[in-house]
This record gives sequence, structure tokens and C-alpha cells, in this order.
Amino acid sequence: MDSVNYNEREAPAGSSNGAGAGLKACQVQAIKNICQSFHNDEGELINILHKTQEAFGYLPPEVQAVVAGELRIPAAKVYGIVTFYTFFTMQPKGKYPISVCLGTACYVRGSEKIVEALKKELDIDIGGITPDGKFSIDSLRCVGACGLAPVMLIGDRVHGRVDALHIKDILAQYP
Amino acid sequence: MAIYKIHLLVCGGTGCRASESAAVVESLRASLTAAGLSDEAQVVATGCFGFCEQGPIVKVMPDNTFYTGVTPADAAEIVAEHVLKGRQVARLLYTDPQHKTPVSDAKQMGFYRKQLRVALRNCGFIDPENIDEYIARDGYAALATVLSDYSPRAAIDVVKRSGLRGRGGGGFPTGLKWEIACGRQADRKYVVCNADEGDPGAFMDRSILEGDPHSILEAMMICGYCIGADRGLIYIRAEYPLAIHRLEVAIGQARACGLLGADIMGTGFDFDIELRYGAGAFVCGEETALIRSMEGRRGEPTVKPPYPAESGYRGQPTNVNNVETFANIPVIFLKGADWFAGIGSERSKGTKVFALAGKINNVGLIEVPMGITLREVIFEIGGGIKDGKRFKAVQTGGPSGGCLTEKHLDTPIDFDTLLAAGSMMGSGGMIVMDEDDCMVSIAKFYLEFTVDESCGKCAPCRIGNKRLYEVLRKITLGHGTADDLEYMRNLSTVIKDTALCGLGQTSPNPVLSTLDNFRSEYEAHIFDHKCPAGQCKALKHYFILPEKCTGCTACARSCAVNAIVGERRQAHSIIQNKCIRCGACIEKCKFEAIQVN
Repeated sequence: MDSVNYNEREAPAGSSNGAGAGLKACQVQAIKNICQSFHNDEGELINILHKTQEAFGYLPPEVQAVVAGELRIPAAKVYGIVTFYTFFTMQPKGKYPISVCLGTACYVRGSEKIVEALKKELDIDIGGITPDGKFSIDSLRCVGACGLAPVMLIGDRVHGRVDALHIKDILAQYP
Repeated sequence: MAIYKIHLLVCGGTGCRASESAAVVESLRASLTAAGLSDEAQVVATGCFGFCEQGPIVKVMPDNTFYTGVTPADAAEIVAEHVLKGRQVARLLYTDPQHKTPVSDAKQMGFYRKQLRVALRNCGFIDPENIDEYIARDGYAALATVLSDYSPRAAIDVVKRSGLRGRGGGGFPTGLKWEIACGRQADRKYVVCNADEGDPGAFMDRSILEGDPHSILEAMMICGYCIGADRGLIYIRAEYPLAIHRLEVAIGQARACGLLGADIMGTGFDFDIELRYGAGAFVCGEETALIRSMEGRRGEPTVKPPYPAESGYRGQPTNVNNVETFANIPVIFLKGADWFAGIGSERSKGTKVFALAGKINNVGLIEVPMGITLREVIFEIGGGIKDGKRFKAVQTGGPSGGCLTEKHLDTPIDFDTLLAAGSMMGSGGMIVMDEDDCMVSIAKFYLEFTVDESCGKCAPCRIGNKRLYEVLRKITLGHGTADDLEYMRNLSTVIKDTALCGLGQTSPNPVLSTLDNFRSEYEAHIFDHKCPAGQCKALKHYFILPEKCTGCTACARSCAVNAIVGERRQAHSIIQNKCIRCGACIEKCKFEAIQVN
């Protein structure tokens, strides 16, 4: 890999090869600001993506391309990180993102039934989002509230000891 | 500083906060102010008390009264009765399930009686966001002693003599680890705290960080002094926002007090700590993967050697310890290596924190001396199995561990005995299962987890575990064959022998231990097409008892696939090859006429 062409540092900067297409100028600037706050340091890529996802809600390819351009690394490398870590997502989340805990403690106390009930009620699959953008369903591994198992998060709110039969009532609390 | 006569300690851990403990704090404060008692009594949001099942918990000091299941509406009564008149609020006391009597003192509860809190010494006792409270409990005294009275070698010797072994799962002697890192020559060395607690059902590290963050900072500094590092990094899961917040507060306070930064306590020792965030990858709990992740790369493990102590973060010598390991360090220096070595079993010293969860009455966080038996943990501390069901198995060590059964109940728990029994200590998750849990499904559940979390770097883990999962899935669907059991055993052995890192090498453990301990259950699935626990949907068989059926047609109308036939007011029946076993009919039947086997 001595060839200069393959050297990561020689990758063309994002703005010159059309990265950021589909994004507004202010959005591109916001991503650049985040990268600069970490000194465009490649070693901070995970922290940069955390901040970017916080700002955008998710990390679509066009956002990843801007990050790659700023850090002067191949977009494939950013994509590799985004897809490796489950915390990062390339799908938008609903207004009220639902995460059902599928950790062991919740599993033995019936979390699968909650997933089934949610899928049926909202008519979407895990990882999906309702057509009106209100709810999305995801699973996660243990929030550590095992005393309240089975547990489901809607936004930041933890719903403990959830009964699959009461899913409808819980969802009704979210207008 | 005001001196308060009464302290109301409210659990502010993630579990209790999920059941509105923050609102309890607010209403207690409001009630105190309304009663004109805000100079007499203080409300303190502490870390986890451990008894999560009964949360939110309020403890009144100095008389040590323990209130359970407190709601914001109860605050006024606690203030009016307990704080003002000194009378306990009987209805909020914990009721001993055996004797049906209320118990007010935590020390008298079955849940706490056998516990010994060393790593959790300050959890549920101090305000984790106030450095003064930590210092008042001898905080940073160990650091002061080490910096002024010990040479690095002498301090390492204390850790070695204490017999402390790594609490993250491997059980490697901590003192030895520090000695190796100390012996390396380098421009810069790093101390890393592994707070990437990924085992589902394990929350001990999170509780320590939430309840006593300063103890971790102090221990990392002691470690830094011993190995010659001036930089510390805490790698923490992004899923733990509260723990992150409390660490940030603690680091800020320690810096402001001159306990972190340059020339600590005037001794010329420099040390600073930064946070690094994980992003949801189980494999990053493995130290080489963790280091790669901290460098902003994919968390793929590397071959050892070189060990992190030789070449770790940014190629420099790095010492990685887990949160609970660090939490023990200050106490060892305060109370002495001999004191610590006096606790526990012959080859595993000290205590271990376990997260009890699953089908057990007292779900929560416990700390017990090594060498205690499973029976004591599950039946005395844990209060036995939920709803009076029968104990079937306990899973220790998370996805890397195995299931232990009734015959292991009297085995003392330590690193070596658990390994010998086909499981492992792991980070300390303990999931209790009862007769309703299907062990084949449990093994499948863990394998699904491993397949999901495998980084994909080495073939045995990436492909082998996938094949194992497929066989397990086939068995739960009722398509298992006689050869499958032998095939799984062989494959498991190959994966264990050839996988690159700890994740792959231990991933077949749930399969092997269930095969060993619950072979008959596998056989029932394969040969009888039955799931003894009644969990595997595909092996369920629904039928209608004609003598109980009134022919109301409720079931037939609820059936999505029209598998139920019968005339009105006549007994109905289910067409087996149409039935999708969704269970909708059973919920509709008011006469208990539909049965499953």
C-alpha cells in the first residue's frame, strides 16, 4: 500500500467531490463545526459521530460524506464505523422513538411479547418507522433497570413492568 | 455548612429514577420547606441501594429506617410523621415475606444480612455529585497515603498481596497486571477504566459509577502513580447517560480541588482523566477492541501478544481495569492488603458484586464475599423464585457464561469453581430462571446475541456461531435431528479452540452448559417434538376440550386463519395444520376450554 493514490490522507476533500449534496448549507456548516471542535482529528471519529447524530437524529450517507471530507478520510471508513456500532443509525427515528429492552432479564420476563404487541399495534417491524413519522421501534440490550423488567423506553422515559396487553394505553399517552 | 439532624437518602440510580425517584426528592424537599424543617433535615439523592425490586427507596438517617416503594404522594406523610414526630410510617416499611412482619432496619432484612459492601461502600450513602461527602468518607485518603508514603513498587506490592483479581470477567491478578505495565519503558503510559458494561442483565459498573464516581477517579490515579502514567481514560457506554453525567461532575470537582491535574497534593505527580464514549458494541468490552475503539476505529480485537501493557492505546503501554476492580483499590490501601485477603475464598479474595435479575423475588444489586454459595444468594438474599415457582437454572457470566442448576446450588462461588462448573464469573450478571423457561430457547437467545455482536474478524466466531444459532433455531422449530446434538458439541469445541478473542472463545458456553445439564430438554424437542417448558411456539399444540366448550364462537371469530370450526352451541375444534399457534383464541375463551401442550 505504498502507492500515494491509496494513501488515506490523499483522499479528495468532501466539498470538492459533491459531498453534502442534498444538505442545506447551514447543515453542512453544522457538521464542519462539530468536526472542527474535535480538531478534525481522525482519532475522535466516534465522538464526532455521536455529536453529529445528536444534531441530526441519524447519519445518512450525505452526512457521513461531509464528515469524511472534513477529516480527509475515505467515506468508506466513516460508513464502516457507523455500521459497526449499533448506537449509530442510518434510519431516521420517529418523533417518539421506542426502544424495547431485549436484555436477558427482560427476555425471561417476556419482552418478546412486547415487541410482538408493538409490531401489531403500529404495523411496522423492528427498525421501522410509522408512515406519519410518530413512532419508530428499536431494540436495545439492557438499560440496567432490570428490577423493572420488562422495560421499554419511549424517548427518554422508561416504562417499567410493561404488560403487552397495555401497549395501546401506553402509546395513547403520546399525542 | 449547615448541620442537619436528619438525612433523607433517596435512591437516585437509573432503576429508581425510572420509577420517579427524582419527583420523590422534589416533593420531600417541598414538604420539608412547607413544614419549616429545611434547616433540620436534608434530602440527599444517593447512588443505588441495590434493592431495585422495592424502589424507589428512601432511607432515613440516623435511625436507619428503610422505606420501600415510595411515591411522590408519600412525601408529606414521611415528613409529618417521621421527621416531625419521630414515628415510622408503617405502611411504607418493608415486609419480611417469610414472617409477614414489617422490618425497618435494612441490616435485619434477608436481602442485606449476608451482604458485605466493599466496592459498593458508598453507594446509597453519599451524594455522588458532592466531592465533600466522598472526602468525609475517607475519600482521596488512600491516594494521599500512596503518594506520600509508598514507592510505586511498594504500592504494587500491596495490591499483589491483597490477592485482588480483575472483576471484568477474566480474573487476572490486578497487581501482576500493574507490575507488567510498570516495568515497560515508554514516553507515555495510559490507565484505562473499562466501563463498557455490555453483558445484558449486568449493571454493577453502572451503579458504582452513578453512586460513587470519585472512588474510580482515585483508584485510577493510584494506578497511574504505580505504573508511571499521567493520563487516564474512561471508556463508557453511551447508553449510560446518568453515569456519564456523574463522572463529568466528579472530574470537574476533582480538578477544581486540585485533586486532578498537575502537581496533585503538592507531590509533583500529574494525572488527568478524560471520558471516551462507546457506541454500542459488546465486543468493545474486550481490552484490545476497546483500545481500538478509543482510537476512533472499529472495535475489532487484535491478537495477543502484544498485550496492552506492552503496546496499547496509541501504541503505548496501557493498563486496562474494570470499574469494580478499581472500586476495590482505595479500600485496600485504607484497610490493608491483609484485611482484604482475609475476605473470600482461598484463590479469590474479597467480595463480588452481582446483579440479580430474572425470575427472582429480590431483583437488585448485591455484594457478597467470594465463596458464598448459590443457594445463599438465590434463596436467602434473593428471596427465592417469583410466584412460588420451581428454581430451574441460574445463568452467570452473561453470553460468555453457562447455566448452573440445582446440583450446583451448594457450590461456593469464586472464579475457579464457576469455571470448573462450566460457567464463569464474568462481570457478575446472575439471571435466575424458573420451570417456565426453555433452556434450548435460552441458549438460542444467547447465540442470537453473539451472532449479532460478533465483530466478524475471525471465521470461527463469525461463521461458527451463526451455524450454531441455526441449529438451535431448527430445534426450537421442531425440525431437529438426532445428529444435531453431537454436531453442536463438536462445533462448539472448535469455536472455543480457534476463535481470536474472549468473545468467540466463550460464546459456545451457553450451548455446552445447557447440553450438559439439560440434555433431556433438547431430546424432548428433537424426538418428541415437545417443549417441556411450553415456550417454543412451533411445538405448541392447541386443542379444545369438547366438554368445556359451549360453542359461543368467540374463539372462531378471533382466529385470523380460520383454523377453528364448529357450529354455534356445538363444541368447536381446531384444524391443526391451519393453526399458526398465535394464542389469540385462548385469550378470548371465557370457559378455559382451550388447552395447550
